[in-house]
Amino acid sequence: MTLASLVVLAAIVLIAVFAEQVAPYNPLAQSILSVNQLPSAKHWLGTDQLGRDVLSRIIHGARTSLLLGISAPVLAAVIGTFLGLVGGYFGGWADRIIGRITDLLLAFPVLLLGIIVAAALSSGFWSMLMVLTIAFAPRFARIARASTLALRQAPFVEAAIAAGLGHGVILYRHILPNIIGPVVVVLTLWIATAIRLEATLSFLGLGTRPPFASWGNIIRDGLNAMFGSPWPIIAAGLAISITVLALNMIGDAVRDVLDPETRT
Amino acid sequence: MSAPLLRVEGLGKTFASRRRGLWLPAGPGVRAVDDLSLDIAAASTTALVGESGCGKSTTGRLILRLIEPSQGRILFEGEDIAAAGPRQMKALRRQMQIIFQDPFGSMSPRRSVAQIIAEPLEAQGMIGSAAQAREVVAGLLEQVGLSPDHMHRLPRQFSGGQRQRIGIARAISVGPRFIVADEPVSALDVSVQAQIVNLLQDLQAQKRLAYLFISHDLAIVRHIAERVAVMYLGRVVEEGPKRAIFNAPQHPYTQALLSAAPDANPAARRRRIILAGDVPSPTSVPSGCGFRTRCPLAQAICAEARPVLRPVAEGQNAACHFAAPNPIGVALGGG
Repeated sequence: MTLASLVVLAAIVLIAVFAEQVAPYNPLAQSILSVNQLPSAKHWLGTDQLGRDVLSRIIHGARTSLLLGISAPVLAAVIGTFLGLVGGYFGGWADRIIGRITDLLLAFPVLLLGIIVAAALSSGFWSMLMVLTIAFAPRFARIARASTLALRQAPFVEAAIAAGLGHGVILYRHILPNIIGPVVVVLTLWIATAIRLEATLSFLGLGTRPPFASWGNIIRDGLNAMFGSPWPIIAAGLAISITVLALNMIGDAVRDVLDPETRT
Repeated sequence: MSAPLLRVEGLGKTFASRRRGLWLPAGPGVRAVDDLSLDIAAASTTALVGESGCGKSTTGRLILRLIEPSQGRILFEGEDIAAAGPRQMKALRRQMQIIFQDPFGSMSPRRSVAQIIAEPLEAQGMIGSAAQAREVVAGLLEQVGLSPDHMHRLPRQFSGGQRQRIGIARAISVGPRFIVADEPVSALDVSVQAQIVNLLQDLQAQKRLAYLFISHDLAIVRHIAERVAVMYLGRVVEEGPKRAIFNAPQHPYTQALLSAAPDANPAARRRRIILAGDVPSPTSVPSGCGFRTRCPLAQAICAEARPVLRPVAEGQNAACHFAAPNPIGVALGGG
């Protein structure tokens, strides 16, 4: 299953990267003559209410969804891990401040954050990136902090202090390599969540702006003409489901490999 | 004794306890080490003995400032470690190192033996090139009885005894003059313990090392130490030359501790002194003498006045109001 998931995910990533070459039509090209068509040899997944090729829109939408779905969690992982390392290692005031901010952000609903940012700035890729990064970073900070706290007292860290190493080197060389495992596991799972959230935000009109395609706003557009042509919704929904499923499978597998506790 | 290499004066450490609630103040904290003074001469071995939890390991870590002391001074050749700034501290770390009890946890599992041993050298800026590092590490491995061919292996490819040798190589790499050996053999098989103890003694002779040898194994202490300090509840209760401590203890706790140690000679029957009760919690140390709750000699004064370490014999100090030869009054040392 893991292998199948990897193949599926690799295929999706490749399609997204080479969207221009793979897509049969321009995803933005409208055609009054061919609106709401059923799947055919010409349009494999039919057309939407503006006559745009659904397959081409899904392929180009994969680009936005994946780019955001990967970059936001990765950015959040980098920021969160850094904050967790600092808080867990140094303790004291730094830890308390980081901890309170973390708690605050965890208690704040992501969608509400999305609405606020979209209202204050604008909707679009960069706003979504910011929202998702802010929403996810505390989760990584927590994991990194807990793992760092456990390692802070490890004899090999004491040995490094006794050697005269600086705190920066100790964090980078002795603590980071030992906490990266749990962070990576969580990262794979949060990529799936980020793709879902991108879809949600775009569906609500807070994300990718039309006419550009993302899986979320394909569903949003499709909703208006659901009874004329359900194909956009079905296709985008399937694309999201398959990607998220594959990511979750991979995440579980990564966790099993890295964590001896769950290895059977 | 001439000016000691290391002098510890009034060292104390209180670990803050967790706050009991949002509005309640923190608890009294744990007095792990309390007003501890100790002198260690160059090229000598001082053993620090006591039950687990008495503060032995904390003392070792305080002296190296792996834990920040709450009170007191730690003078290394007159230089106060407890007050040293970061740069001064880094320079001092070249002079003082530590060997850990746990030969498994004390090395990062992902780093090679060469990287582990060279780490203090690298931190101190004592090696220039990779080739030089290899040469130095090879020499150190030979000194501790390992093959230089092993330098690219990972710690998990070694036995406990071999790992402890790697730990020793790491400790001596920067050429220290003082080493805290924190129960360096207690995690090892008995057959390996003697080899490691011998290695430590050989290195001491070659390099004029001073050891603070933390242990609860009185047989090994008897073998390796020149001076012995006995700790109870974060305080030194008796301290003196090995011979005096083992043959003529003057503090009732020392006497009880010695009587509890197993004897190599099964024919030597002697009375064991069984202490009543448990060691009090370091969060609520008894008033006066910490040992009074379990001491067979305790009187009213023991709750009122805390006994200070005072000379009781040549070079021997005890912290007891009733310190005397054979305080509990039993025949020690078998018959």
